[in-house]
Amino acid sequence: MPMLIWQLLFFVFPLCFLVGLSFWVVRNYRMTPDFDPVNWIKMYNKGYFWDAYFRTFVIASMSTVITSVIAFPCAYGLAFKVSANIRRWAVFLLIIPFFTSYLVRVYSWQVILGTKGVVNGFLGYFGLGPYDMLFNLFGTLVGYLTLCLPLVVVLQLISLASIDKRLIEAARNLGCGTIRTVFSVIIPLAKIGLIIGAVFCFILSFGDFVSPYYLGGSKPPTLSILIIDTTKSGQQWPRAAVVALTMIATLLAVAFTAVSAAYRRPK
Amino acid sequence: MKESQSILLFIRLYIIIVFFFVFSPILASFVFSFNSDRFPSLPLGHFTLKWYEMIFDDPDVWDAFAVSIMVSITVGIISTFIGFCTAYTDFRYRFFGKNIYLALALLPPTIPLVIMGLAMLALLSRIGMSGEIHSIIVSHVVLCSPFAMAIVRMRLAQMDPQLEAAAWNLGASQWRAMSTIIFPFTFPAIISAFCLTMAVSFDEFAVAWFVSGLNKTVPVIILEILQGNVDPQINAIGTLVFIISITLVVIAQIIFMTKSTKSAHGFRI
Repeated sequence: MPMLIWQLLFFVFPLCFLVGLSFWVVRNYRMTPDFDPVNWIKMYNKGYFWDAYFRTFVIASMSTVITSVIAFPCAYGLAFKVSANIRRWAVFLLIIPFFTSYLVRVYSWQVILGTKGVVNGFLGYFGLGPYDMLFNLFGTLVGYLTLCLPLVVVLQLISLASIDKRLIEAARNLGCGTIRTVFSVIIPLAKIGLIIGAVFCFILSFGDFVSPYYLGGSKPPTLSILIIDTTKSGQQWPRAAVVALTMIATLLAVAFTAVSAAYRRPK
Repeated sequence: MKESQSILLFIRLYIIIVFFFVFSPILASFVFSFNSDRFPSLPLGHFTLKWYEMIFDDPDVWDAFAVSIMVSITVGIISTFIGFCTAYTDFRYRFFGKNIYLALALLPPTIPLVIMGLAMLALLSRIGMSGEIHSIIVSHVVLCSPFAMAIVRMRLAQMDPQLEAAAWNLGASQWRAMSTIIFPFTFPAIISAFCLTMAVSFDEFAVAWFVSGLNKTVPVIILEILQGNVDPQINAIGTLVFIISITLVVIAQIIFMTKSTKSAHGFRI
Protein backbone atom coordinates (compact mmCIF):
# COMPACT_ATOMS: atom_id res chain seq x y z
CA MET A 1 0.00 0.00 0.00
CA PRO A 2 2.94 2.46 0.00
CA MET A 3 1.90 3.63 -3.48
CA LEU A 4 -1.50 4.62 -2.21
CA ILE A 5 -0.10 6.68 0.64
CA TRP A 6 2.57 8.32 -1.48
CA GLN A 7 0.23 9.16 -4.34
CA LEU A 8 -2.41 10.49 -1.97
CA LEU A 9 0.12 12.63 -0.14
CA PHE A 10 2.10 13.95 -3.07
CA PHE A 11 -0.20 13.65 -6.06
CA VAL A 12 -3.85 13.94 -5.08
CA PHE A 13 -3.23 16.24 -2.18
CA PRO A 14 -1.19 18.81 -4.16
CA LEU A 15 -3.88 18.91 -6.85
CA CYS A 16 -6.59 19.38 -4.23
CA PHE A 17 -4.43 22.01 -2.63
CA LEU A 18 -4.35 23.75 -6.00
CA VAL A 19 -8.14 23.91 -5.93
CA GLY A 20 -8.00 25.48 -2.49
CA LEU A 21 -5.23 27.82 -3.54
CA SER A 22 -7.31 29.19 -6.40
CA PHE A 23 -9.67 30.68 -3.82
CA TRP A 24 -6.97 32.42 -1.82
CA VAL A 25 -6.48 36.15 -2.01
CA VAL A 26 -3.30 38.11 -2.59
CA ARG A 27 -3.13 41.20 -0.39
CA ASN A 28 -0.07 43.42 -0.19
CA TYR A 29 1.89 40.84 -2.19
CA ARG A 30 1.14 38.13 0.36
CA MET A 31 -1.14 35.17 -0.08
CA THR A 32 -3.74 34.66 2.58
CA PRO A 33 -5.99 31.63 2.89
CA ASP A 34 -9.54 32.61 2.07
CA PHE A 35 -12.58 31.43 0.19
CA ASP A 36 -13.07 34.09 -2.39
CA PRO A 37 -13.91 33.42 -6.05
CA VAL A 38 -12.21 36.70 -7.00
CA ASN A 39 -9.37 34.96 -8.90
CA TRP A 40 -11.78 32.94 -10.99
CA ILE A 41 -13.87 35.99 -11.80
CA LYS A 42 -10.84 38.12 -12.63
CA MET A 43 -9.13 35.53 -14.80
CA TYR A 44 -12.29 34.60 -16.66
CA ASN A 45 -12.98 38.25 -17.44
CA LYS A 46 -9.57 38.80 -18.98
CA GLY A 47 -9.47 38.85 -22.76
CA TYR A 48 -5.89 37.59 -22.88
CA PHE A 49 -6.78 34.51 -20.87
CA TRP A 50 -9.40 33.41 -23.40
CA ASP A 51 -7.09 34.32 -26.29
CA ALA A 52 -4.41 32.11 -24.80
CA TYR A 53 -6.94 29.38 -24.10
CA PHE A 54 -8.24 29.17 -27.65
CA ARG A 55 -4.79 29.53 -29.14
CA THR A 56 -3.46 26.68 -27.00
CA PHE A 57 -6.46 24.54 -27.86
CA VAL A 58 -6.16 25.18 -31.60
CA ILE A 59 -2.39 24.62 -31.72
CA ALA A 60 -2.67 21.43 -29.66
CA SER A 61 -5.43 20.15 -31.97
CA MET A 62 -3.34 20.98 -35.03
CA SER A 63 -0.38 19.18 -33.51
CA THR A 64 -2.59 16.17 -32.75
CA VAL A 65 -3.91 15.92 -36.30
CA ILE A 66 -0.55 16.53 -37.97
CA THR A 67 1.32 14.11 -35.71
CA SER A 68 -1.28 11.35 -36.14
CA VAL A 69 -1.32 11.77 -39.91
CA ILE A 70 2.47 11.77 -40.18
CA ALA A 71 2.83 8.87 -37.77
CA PHE A 72 0.27 6.58 -39.41
CA PRO A 73 2.10 5.59 -42.63
CA CYS A 74 5.23 4.99 -40.57
CA ALA A 75 3.42 2.78 -38.05
CA TYR A 76 1.59 1.05 -40.89
CA GLY A 77 4.83 0.31 -42.69
CA LEU A 78 6.51 -0.94 -39.53
CA ALA A 79 3.53 -3.14 -38.69
CA PHE A 80 3.01 -4.81 -42.07
CA LYS A 81 5.86 -4.14 -44.45
CA VAL A 82 9.06 -4.95 -42.57
CA SER A 83 10.49 -8.04 -40.92
CA ALA A 84 9.95 -8.70 -37.22
CA ASN A 85 13.60 -8.04 -36.56
CA ILE A 86 13.52 -4.56 -38.10
CA ARG A 87 10.31 -3.86 -36.22
CA ARG A 88 11.96 -4.70 -32.90
CA TRP A 89 14.87 -2.42 -33.68
CA ALA A 90 12.54 0.35 -34.78
CA VAL A 91 10.60 0.21 -31.50
CA PHE A 92 13.85 0.22 -29.57
CA LEU A 93 15.02 3.29 -31.50
CA LEU A 94 11.69 5.03 -31.03
CA ILE A 95 11.85 4.59 -27.27
CA ILE A 96 15.26 6.27 -27.08
CA PRO A 97 14.14 9.88 -27.70
CA PHE A 98 11.69 9.53 -24.84
CA PHE A 99 14.64 9.29 -22.46
CA THR A 100 16.79 12.00 -23.98
CA SER A 101 16.61 15.58 -22.94
CA TYR A 102 13.72 17.29 -24.67
CA LEU A 103 15.38 20.63 -23.89
CA VAL A 104 18.52 19.73 -25.78
CA ARG A 105 16.49 18.57 -28.76
CA VAL A 106 14.55 21.83 -28.78
CA TYR A 107 17.81 23.76 -28.59
CA SER A 108 19.07 21.71 -31.53
CA TRP A 109 16.06 22.73 -33.58
CA GLN A 110 16.81 26.34 -32.74
CA VAL A 111 20.22 25.87 -34.29
CA ILE A 112 19.01 23.80 -37.25
CA LEU A 113 16.06 25.99 -38.18
CA GLY A 114 17.57 29.42 -37.49
CA THR A 115 17.96 32.04 -40.21
CA LYS A 116 21.63 31.11 -40.47
CA GLY A 117 21.00 27.51 -39.54
CA VAL A 118 21.63 24.25 -41.29
CA VAL A 119 18.37 24.03 -43.24
CA ASN A 120 18.55 27.57 -44.54
CA GLY A 121 22.24 27.09 -45.32
CA PHE A 122 21.38 24.00 -47.31
CA LEU A 123 18.51 25.70 -49.15
CA GLY A 124 20.85 28.62 -49.82
CA TYR A 125 22.92 26.40 -52.12
CA PHE A 126 19.88 26.19 -54.37
CA GLY A 127 19.24 29.90 -54.16
CA LEU A 128 16.21 29.45 -51.89
CA GLY A 129 15.30 31.19 -48.67
CA PRO A 130 16.24 32.14 -46.06
CA TYR A 131 12.90 31.19 -44.58
CA ASP A 132 11.68 32.15 -41.13
CA MET A 133 11.15 28.83 -39.45
CA LEU A 134 11.57 29.89 -35.84
CA PHE A 135 9.49 31.92 -33.42
CA ASN A 136 6.29 31.25 -35.30
CA LEU A 137 3.65 28.56 -35.56
CA PHE A 138 5.91 26.36 -37.69
CA GLY A 139 8.59 26.31 -35.00
CA THR A 140 6.07 25.42 -32.31
CA LEU A 141 4.68 22.58 -34.38
CA VAL A 142 8.15 21.19 -35.11
CA GLY A 143 8.73 21.16 -31.36
CA TYR A 144 5.45 19.37 -30.64
CA LEU A 145 6.24 16.88 -33.38
CA THR A 146 9.61 16.20 -31.75
CA LEU A 147 7.86 15.62 -28.45
CA CYS A 148 4.96 13.46 -29.64
CA LEU A 149 5.92 11.67 -32.84
CA PRO A 150 7.92 8.74 -31.38
CA LEU A 151 5.28 8.00 -28.75
CA VAL A 152 2.39 8.20 -31.24
CA VAL A 153 4.17 5.91 -33.72
CA VAL A 154 4.75 3.34 -30.96
CA LEU A 155 1.14 3.48 -29.74
CA GLN A 156 -0.23 3.18 -33.29
CA LEU A 157 2.19 0.37 -34.03
CA ILE A 158 1.01 -1.60 -30.98
CA SER A 159 -2.61 -1.44 -32.08
CA LEU A 160 -1.80 -2.15 -35.74
CA ALA A 161 0.36 -5.13 -34.86
CA SER A 162 -2.48 -6.72 -32.90
CA ILE A 163 -4.84 -6.73 -35.88
CA ASP A 164 -5.80 -10.18 -37.09
CA LYS A 165 -3.87 -10.53 -40.36
CA ARG A 166 -6.55 -12.87 -41.77
CA LEU A 167 -9.03 -10.00 -41.89
CA ILE A 168 -6.67 -8.04 -44.13
CA GLU A 169 -6.11 -11.05 -46.37
CA ALA A 170 -9.87 -11.56 -46.57
CA ALA A 171 -10.30 -7.98 -47.75
CA ARG A 172 -7.58 -8.52 -50.33
CA ASN A 173 -9.15 -11.73 -51.58
CA LEU A 174 -12.46 -9.98 -51.95
CA GLY A 175 -10.77 -7.57 -54.34
CA CYS A 176 -10.09 -4.66 -52.06
CA GLY A 177 -7.22 -2.37 -53.10
CA THR A 178 -4.43 -1.31 -50.73
CA ILE A 179 -5.84 2.12 -50.01
CA ARG A 180 -9.39 0.87 -49.55
CA THR A 181 -8.10 -1.87 -47.21
CA VAL A 182 -6.35 0.74 -45.10
CA PHE A 183 -9.38 2.98 -44.79
CA SER A 184 -12.20 0.49 -44.42
CA VAL A 185 -10.47 -2.42 -42.64
CA ILE A 186 -7.28 -1.37 -40.88
CA ILE A 187 -8.22 2.03 -39.52
CA PRO A 188 -11.54 0.90 -38.00
CA LEU A 189 -9.81 -2.10 -36.41
CA ALA A 190 -7.01 -0.02 -34.95
CA LYS A 191 -9.32 2.79 -33.91
CA ILE A 192 -8.70 2.50 -30.17
CA GLY A 193 -4.93 2.68 -30.50
CA LEU A 194 -5.10 5.56 -32.95
CA ILE A 195 -7.36 7.55 -30.66
CA ILE A 196 -5.27 6.85 -27.58
CA GLY A 197 -2.18 8.00 -29.46
CA ALA A 198 -3.97 11.18 -30.47
CA VAL A 199 -5.13 11.80 -26.89
CA PHE A 200 -1.58 11.49 -25.56
CA CYS A 201 -0.39 13.82 -28.28
CA PHE A 202 -3.05 16.35 -27.32
CA ILE A 203 -2.22 16.14 -23.62
CA LEU A 204 1.51 16.58 -24.26
CA SER A 205 1.07 19.47 -26.69
CA PHE A 206 -1.52 21.20 -24.55
CA GLY A 207 0.69 21.20 -21.47
CA ASP A 208 4.12 21.74 -22.99
CA PHE A 209 5.77 25.11 -22.49
CA VAL A 210 9.20 24.51 -24.02
CA SER A 211 8.24 24.44 -27.71
CA PRO A 212 5.96 27.48 -27.72
CA TYR A 213 8.53 29.34 -25.64
CA TYR A 214 11.82 28.55 -27.34
CA LEU A 215 10.62 27.66 -30.84
CA GLY A 216 7.38 29.61 -30.99
CA GLY A 217 8.76 32.82 -29.57
CA SER A 218 6.56 32.86 -26.41
CA LYS A 219 4.40 35.67 -27.76
CA PRO A 220 1.48 35.47 -27.77
CA PRO A 221 1.64 33.12 -24.76
CA THR A 222 0.01 29.72 -24.46
CA LEU A 223 -1.65 28.64 -21.22
CA SER A 224 1.42 26.91 -19.81
CA ILE A 225 3.57 29.97 -20.51
CA LEU A 226 0.87 32.00 -18.77
CA ILE A 227 1.21 29.76 -15.70
CA ILE A 228 4.97 30.19 -15.62
CA ASP A 229 4.82 33.96 -16.11
CA THR A 230 2.22 34.30 -13.39
CA THR A 231 4.10 32.08 -10.95
CA LYS A 232 7.67 33.14 -11.53
CA SER A 233 7.00 36.86 -11.57
CA GLY A 234 5.58 37.44 -8.16
CA GLN A 235 2.95 36.09 -5.87
CA GLN A 236 0.00 35.58 -8.20
CA TRP A 237 -0.06 31.84 -7.56
CA PRO A 238 -3.84 31.70 -7.05
CA ARG A 239 -4.37 32.97 -10.59
CA ALA A 240 -1.89 30.46 -11.95
CA ALA A 241 -3.91 27.84 -10.08
CA VAL A 242 -7.06 29.00 -11.89
CA VAL A 243 -5.29 28.55 -15.24
CA ALA A 244 -3.95 25.14 -14.20
CA LEU A 245 -7.36 23.88 -13.08
CA THR A 246 -8.97 25.09 -16.29
CA MET A 247 -6.33 23.15 -18.21
CA ILE A 248 -6.94 19.98 -16.21
CA ALA A 249 -10.71 20.27 -16.72
CA THR A 250 -10.19 20.70 -20.47
CA LEU A 251 -7.83 17.75 -20.71
CA LEU A 252 -10.20 15.52 -18.74
CA ALA A 253 -13.10 16.53 -20.98
CA VAL A 254 -11.09 15.88 -24.16
CA ALA A 255 -9.70 12.57 -22.93
CA PHE A 256 -13.12 11.39 -21.75
CA THR A 257 -14.85 12.32 -25.02
CA ALA A 258 -12.15 10.71 -27.12
CA VAL A 259 -11.94 7.50 -25.11
CA SER A 260 -15.69 7.02 -25.02
CA ALA A 261 -15.73 7.58 -28.79
CA ALA A 262 -12.98 4.99 -29.14
CA TYR A 263 -14.88 2.31 -27.25
CA ARG A 264 -18.28 3.02 -28.78
CA ARG A 265 -19.45 -0.01 -30.73
CA PRO A 266 -19.76 0.54 -34.46
CA LYS A 267 -23.32 0.35 -35.71
CA MET B 1 2.94 -6.48 -58.73
CA LYS B 2 4.78 -3.42 -59.92
CA GLU B 3 2.45 -1.12 -58.03
CA SER B 4 2.94 -2.90 -54.71
CA GLN B 5 6.73 -2.78 -55.21
CA SER B 6 6.66 0.99 -55.53
CA ILE B 7 4.36 1.30 -52.52
CA LEU B 8 6.79 -0.80 -50.52
CA LEU B 9 9.67 1.39 -51.59
CA PHE B 10 7.71 4.53 -50.78
CA ILE B 11 6.82 3.29 -47.30
CA ARG B 12 10.41 2.28 -46.52
CA LEU B 13 11.60 5.69 -47.61
CA TYR B 14 8.90 7.32 -45.52
CA ILE B 15 9.94 5.40 -42.41
CA ILE B 16 13.53 6.48 -42.96
CA ILE B 17 12.47 10.12 -43.27
CA VAL B 18 10.45 9.91 -40.03
CA PHE B 19 13.42 8.39 -38.20
CA PHE B 20 15.68 11.02 -39.69
CA PHE B 21 13.36 13.73 -38.34
CA VAL B 22 13.24 12.13 -34.90
CA PHE B 23 17.00 11.71 -34.63
CA SER B 24 18.29 14.81 -36.42
CA PRO B 25 18.16 17.05 -33.32
CA ILE B 26 19.99 14.43 -31.24
CA LEU B 27 22.58 13.96 -33.97
CA ALA B 28 22.95 17.69 -34.54
CA SER B 29 23.61 18.43 -30.90
CA PHE B 30 26.26 15.70 -30.85
CA VAL B 31 27.99 17.04 -33.96
CA PHE B 32 27.82 20.68 -32.92
CA SER B 33 29.27 19.93 -29.51
CA PHE B 34 32.61 19.35 -31.28
CA ASN B 35 32.22 22.29 -33.66
CA SER B 36 34.18 25.49 -33.17
CA ASP B 37 31.58 28.02 -34.42
CA ARG B 38 29.54 29.87 -31.87
CA PHE B 39 26.62 30.03 -34.30
CA PRO B 40 26.79 26.63 -35.97
CA SER B 41 25.99 26.50 -39.65
CA LEU B 42 27.03 24.73 -42.82
CA PRO B 43 29.83 24.26 -43.67
CA LEU B 44 31.05 23.20 -40.22
CA GLY B 45 33.98 24.87 -38.51
CA HIS B 46 36.88 22.84 -37.23
CA PHE B 47 36.94 20.18 -34.53
CA THR B 48 37.23 21.44 -30.96
CA LEU B 49 36.81 20.33 -27.38
CA LYS B 50 36.53 23.85 -26.01
CA TRP B 51 32.83 23.58 -25.09
CA TYR B 52 33.61 20.49 -23.05
CA GLU B 53 36.52 22.30 -21.39
CA MET B 54 34.21 25.19 -20.60
CA ILE B 55 31.66 23.03 -18.82
CA PHE B 56 34.32 21.02 -17.01
CA ASP B 57 35.70 24.30 -15.65
CA ASP B 58 32.30 25.45 -14.48
CA PRO B 59 31.64 24.58 -10.81
CA ASP B 60 27.89 25.15 -11.29
CA VAL B 61 27.77 22.34 -13.82
CA TRP B 62 29.66 20.01 -11.45
CA ASP B 63 27.24 20.86 -8.64
CA ALA B 64 24.31 20.25 -10.94
CA PHE B 65 25.65 16.86 -11.97
CA ALA B 66 26.15 15.94 -8.32
CA VAL B 67 22.58 16.97 -7.45
CA SER B 68 21.16 15.20 -10.51
CA ILE B 69 22.96 11.95 -9.83
CA MET B 70 21.96 11.94 -6.18
CA VAL B 71 18.35 12.75 -7.00
CA SER B 72 18.06 10.19 -9.78
CA ILE B 73 19.57 7.34 -7.75
CA THR B 74 17.29 8.04 -4.78
CA VAL B 75 14.27 8.43 -7.05
CA GLY B 76 15.20 5.21 -8.83
CA ILE B 77 15.32 3.24 -5.58
CA ILE B 78 12.15 4.67 -4.02
CA SER B 79 10.00 4.59 -7.14
CA THR B 80 11.11 1.07 -8.09
CA PHE B 81 10.19 -0.10 -4.60
CA ILE B 82 6.80 1.61 -4.75
CA GLY B 83 6.22 0.44 -8.30
CA PHE B 84 7.03 -3.15 -7.32
CA CYS B 85 4.63 -3.08 -4.38
CA THR B 86 1.83 -1.66 -6.52
CA ALA B 87 2.38 -4.12 -9.33
CA TYR B 88 2.41 -7.01 -6.85
CA THR B 89 -0.76 -5.77 -5.16
CA ASP B 90 -2.45 -5.53 -8.54
CA PHE B 91 -1.20 -9.02 -9.49
CA ARG B 92 -2.15 -10.78 -6.26
CA TYR B 93 -5.20 -9.17 -4.75
CA ARG B 94 -8.70 -8.21 -5.74
CA PHE B 95 -10.31 -5.62 -3.59
CA PHE B 96 -12.98 -2.97 -3.55
CA GLY B 97 -12.00 0.19 -5.41
CA LYS B 98 -9.14 -1.50 -7.24
CA ASN B 99 -9.84 0.46 -10.41
CA ILE B 100 -9.56 3.74 -8.55
CA TYR B 101 -6.34 2.48 -6.99
CA LEU B 102 -4.90 1.66 -10.42
CA ALA B 103 -6.06 4.93 -11.93
CA LEU B 104 -4.34 6.75 -9.08
CA ALA B 105 -1.20 4.71 -9.65
CA LEU B 106 -1.01 5.35 -13.39
CA LEU B 107 -2.46 8.84 -13.74
CA PRO B 108 0.48 11.15 -12.91
CA PRO B 109 2.17 11.07 -16.36
CA THR B 110 -1.00 12.47 -17.93
CA ILE B 111 -1.01 15.66 -15.88
CA PRO B 112 1.03 18.38 -17.62
CA LEU B 113 4.37 18.86 -15.93
CA VAL B 114 3.87 22.60 -15.51
CA ILE B 115 0.75 21.94 -13.47
CA MET B 116 2.46 19.27 -11.39
CA GLY B 117 5.29 21.73 -10.83
CA LEU B 118 2.95 24.47 -9.71
CA ALA B 119 0.97 22.16 -7.44
CA MET B 120 4.08 20.70 -5.84
CA LEU B 121 5.64 24.12 -5.37
CA ALA B 122 2.48 25.54 -3.81
CA LEU B 123 2.10 22.62 -1.41
CA LEU B 124 5.75 22.12 -0.52
CA SER B 125 6.38 25.79 0.12
CA ARG B 126 3.31 25.85 2.33
CA ILE B 127 4.65 23.05 4.51
CA GLY B 128 8.18 24.46 4.35
CA MET B 129 9.74 21.78 2.18
CA SER B 130 10.42 23.63 -1.05
CA GLY B 131 13.81 24.54 -2.47
CA GLU B 132 15.53 21.46 -1.07
CA ILE B 133 16.92 18.39 -2.75
CA HIS B 134 14.27 16.21 -1.16
CA SER B 135 11.51 18.32 -2.67
CA ILE B 136 12.80 17.34 -6.12
CA ILE B 137 13.00 13.70 -5.01
CA VAL B 138 9.44 13.65 -3.67
CA SER B 139 8.00 15.12 -6.88
CA HIS B 140 10.05 12.87 -9.14
CA VAL B 141 8.94 9.74 -7.32
CA VAL B 142 5.34 10.72 -8.07
CA LEU B 143 6.19 10.99 -11.76
CA CYS B 144 8.42 7.93 -12.00
CA SER B 145 6.74 5.22 -9.94
CA PRO B 146 4.00 4.64 -12.57
CA PHE B 147 6.70 3.64 -15.06
CA ALA B 148 8.27 1.26 -12.56
CA MET B 149 4.85 -0.17 -11.79
CA ALA B 150 4.10 -0.73 -15.50
CA ILE B 151 7.39 -2.51 -16.15
CA VAL B 152 7.15 -4.85 -13.14
CA ARG B 153 3.48 -5.51 -13.91
CA MET B 154 4.32 -6.56 -17.49
CA ARG B 155 6.82 -9.03 -16.13
CA LEU B 156 4.38 -10.43 -13.56
CA ALA B 157 1.84 -10.92 -16.34
CA GLN B 158 4.21 -13.52 -17.83
CA MET B 159 4.17 -15.51 -14.61
CA ASP B 160 1.76 -18.26 -13.71
CA PRO B 161 -0.06 -16.93 -10.63
CA GLN B 162 -0.35 -20.47 -9.30
CA LEU B 163 3.40 -20.78 -8.81
CA GLU B 164 3.21 -18.68 -5.69
CA ALA B 165 0.18 -20.54 -4.42
CA ALA B 166 2.06 -23.79 -4.99
CA ALA B 167 4.93 -22.51 -2.88
CA TRP B 168 2.49 -21.66 -0.09
CA ASN B 169 0.97 -25.14 -0.26
CA LEU B 170 4.40 -26.64 0.04
CA GLY B 171 4.80 -24.78 3.31
CA ALA B 172 6.62 -21.63 2.27
CA SER B 173 5.72 -18.54 4.26
CA GLN B 174 4.49 -15.39 2.50
CA TRP B 175 7.97 -13.88 2.75
CA ARG B 176 9.73 -17.05 1.65
CA ALA B 177 7.51 -17.34 -1.42
CA MET B 178 8.11 -13.70 -2.16
CA SER B 179 11.88 -13.96 -1.92
CA THR B 180 12.32 -17.27 -3.72
CA ILE B 181 9.59 -17.07 -6.39
CA ILE B 182 8.39 -13.55 -7.06
CA PHE B 183 11.61 -11.67 -6.50
CA PRO B 184 13.93 -13.75 -8.72
CA PHE B 185 11.29 -13.84 -11.43
CA THR B 186 10.79 -10.08 -11.48
CA PHE B 187 14.47 -9.24 -10.88
CA PRO B 188 15.25 -8.23 -14.50
CA ALA B 189 12.17 -6.03 -14.51
CA ILE B 190 13.26 -4.46 -11.24
CA ILE B 191 16.66 -3.58 -12.66
CA SER B 192 15.09 -2.17 -15.84
CA ALA B 193 12.60 -0.19 -13.80
CA PHE B 194 15.44 1.19 -11.70
CA CYS B 195 17.42 2.27 -14.77
CA LEU B 196 14.42 3.76 -16.57
CA THR B 197 13.13 5.71 -13.59
CA MET B 198 16.65 7.02 -13.07
CA ALA B 199 16.77 8.13 -16.69
CA VAL B 200 13.37 9.83 -16.46
CA SER B 201 14.35 11.64 -13.30
CA PHE B 202 17.71 12.62 -14.77
CA ASP B 203 16.01 14.33 -17.74
CA GLU B 204 13.01 15.90 -16.04
CA PHE B 205 13.19 19.67 -15.97
CA ALA B 206 9.78 21.32 -15.55
CA VAL B 207 8.89 20.12 -12.05
CA ALA B 208 12.53 20.32 -10.95
CA TRP B 209 12.66 23.91 -12.17
CA PHE B 210 9.65 24.84 -10.04
CA VAL B 211 10.65 23.17 -6.80
CA SER B 212 14.45 23.04 -6.88
CA GLY B 213 15.31 26.51 -5.57
CA LEU B 214 19.08 26.74 -5.40
CA ASN B 215 19.75 23.03 -5.80
CA LYS B 216 19.71 22.98 -9.56
CA THR B 217 19.74 19.76 -11.51
CA VAL B 218 21.43 19.45 -14.91
CA PRO B 219 18.25 20.00 -16.99
CA VAL B 220 17.46 23.11 -14.92
CA ILE B 221 20.92 24.46 -15.75
CA ILE B 222 20.26 23.74 -19.43
CA LEU B 223 16.94 25.56 -19.19
CA GLU B 224 18.67 28.56 -17.68
CA ILE B 225 21.39 28.66 -20.32
CA LEU B 226 18.65 28.32 -22.94
CA GLN B 227 16.99 31.44 -21.60
CA GLY B 228 20.15 33.38 -22.35
CA ASN B 229 21.78 33.30 -25.74
CA VAL B 230 22.75 30.73 -28.29
CA ASP B 231 25.43 28.81 -26.48
CA PRO B 232 27.10 25.61 -27.73
CA GLN B 233 27.80 24.60 -24.12
CA ILE B 234 24.28 23.19 -24.20
CA ASN B 235 25.35 20.75 -26.90
CA ALA B 236 28.25 19.58 -24.76
CA ILE B 237 26.11 19.15 -21.63
CA GLY B 238 23.36 17.63 -23.74
CA THR B 239 25.73 15.08 -25.22
CA LEU B 240 26.95 14.07 -21.75
CA VAL B 241 23.38 13.80 -20.46
CA PHE B 242 22.43 11.83 -23.55
CA ILE B 243 25.26 9.36 -23.00
CA ILE B 244 24.24 8.86 -19.36
CA SER B 245 20.54 8.35 -20.08
CA ILE B 246 21.15 6.21 -23.11
CA THR B 247 23.46 3.94 -21.15
CA LEU B 248 20.72 3.50 -18.54
CA VAL B 249 18.05 2.84 -21.16
CA VAL B 250 20.18 0.37 -23.10
CA ILE B 251 21.09 -1.55 -19.94
CA ALA B 252 17.42 -1.64 -18.98
CA GLN B 253 16.33 -2.84 -22.40
CA ILE B 254 18.98 -5.53 -22.72
CA ILE B 255 18.27 -6.94 -19.27
CA PHE B 256 14.52 -6.80 -19.74
CA MET B 257 14.51 -8.33 -23.22
CA THR B 258 17.07 -11.12 -22.90
CA LYS B 259 16.35 -12.24 -19.35
CA SER B 260 12.60 -12.09 -19.70
CA THR B 261 12.44 -14.28 -22.79
CA LYS B 262 14.94 -16.79 -21.43
CA SER B 263 13.60 -17.39 -17.95
CA ALA B 264 10.00 -17.20 -19.10
CA HIS B 265 10.71 -20.31 -21.16
CA GLY B 266 12.54 -21.87 -18.26
CA PHE B 267 9.50 -21.48 -16.06
CA ARG B 268 7.04 -22.72 -18.62
CA ILE B 269 8.83 -26.00 -19.26
